[in-house]
Amino acid sequence: MTQAIASPDVSTGSRGSRVLGVATLLGLATLLLFAFGPTEPDIRLHPTTGEEIGQFDAVRLLYLHVPLAVLMYVAFVLCAVASAGYLIRRTPWFDTMAHAAAEVGTVFCGLVLVTGSIWGRPVWNTWWEWGDVRLMTTLVLFLMFTGYLALRRATVDPRTAALRGAIVALVAVLDLPLVNRSVEWWENRTLHQKSTLEELKIQDLTLFTLMLGFLVFGLVLTWLLLHRFRVGWLEREDAEHGIASAIAERRAAIDEGDVDAAVGEGT
Amino acid sequence: MTHLGYLIAGWGIALGTLSLFAVATVRRGRDLARRVPADRSRWLTSSDGGG
Repeated sequence: MTQAIASPDVSTGSRGSRVLGVATLLGLATLLLFAFGPTEPDIRLHPTTGEEIGQFDAVRLLYLHVPLAVLMYVAFVLCAVASAGYLIRRTPWFDTMAHAAAEVGTVFCGLVLVTGSIWGRPVWNTWWEWGDVRLMTTLVLFLMFTGYLALRRATVDPRTAALRGAIVALVAVLDLPLVNRSVEWWENRTLHQKSTLEELKIQDLTLFTLMLGFLVFGLVLTWLLLHRFRVGWLEREDAEHGIASAIAERRAAIDEGDVDAAVGEGT
Repeated sequence: MTHLGYLIAGWGIALGTLSLFAVATVRRGRDLARRVPADRSRWLTSSDGGG
């Protein structure tokens, strides 16, 4: 029923998003260069045995894992803020933003779990530790936002989906402080170390590369959010336009006296 | 370089997933943009000079 109306080359890109996209790609290339080039592997000497210990080159995974984790927080906080905004204002902008942030945040969260697991194998000698409170709270976060996305997909009425989604997002985001502070609150129940950034235990090129990681994956997050938001907005417009077109066709059929077409028979 | 396999797997999976997600999002946007009339499309650009 709906037809191709706009130009076939139309996309969710704009001049601004294209500049952002190019900056993101250049940033990613620079980050890879620093992560695998001049930064040193993590090698220390054991104080008593003199044996070489540390993460060795596996530390290069942290230039990816840590920024993804922090930006996952950003995406989920944005989702929660937009969800609260929807509950207060009930405008589609807030709902579309919340949905976009939840989807991008869930992708980041999944990658945090996977890259953490890959890093943990050589450093902790395990892919996964069920007793680790940070791993478990992050897994719970991932499952809750996967549930959020499934709930939205399963609910037909957009207003009901938006309302239910907003409530689930505000509940799910309560897990974020647990994920973030778990290494402080339950330090005996996690393999994770406390924040090295807060205590500035890393310096120079390692710190610079980590900061570059935050910047670059921040650009990735922004670019993805921008496009995902526009896709969400288009989905809403498409649904509304489809309904409006169907009503217009029915009215036209009634005006022409074609009752069968107006009630949907023979179409 | 130690742990090269882990490094390739970690970076490869992350950048690959993000690339796939980005491509899927852009394609979804393109498909939708074709269906939505121009007067209801915001922020979109086209090759015929839209901003």
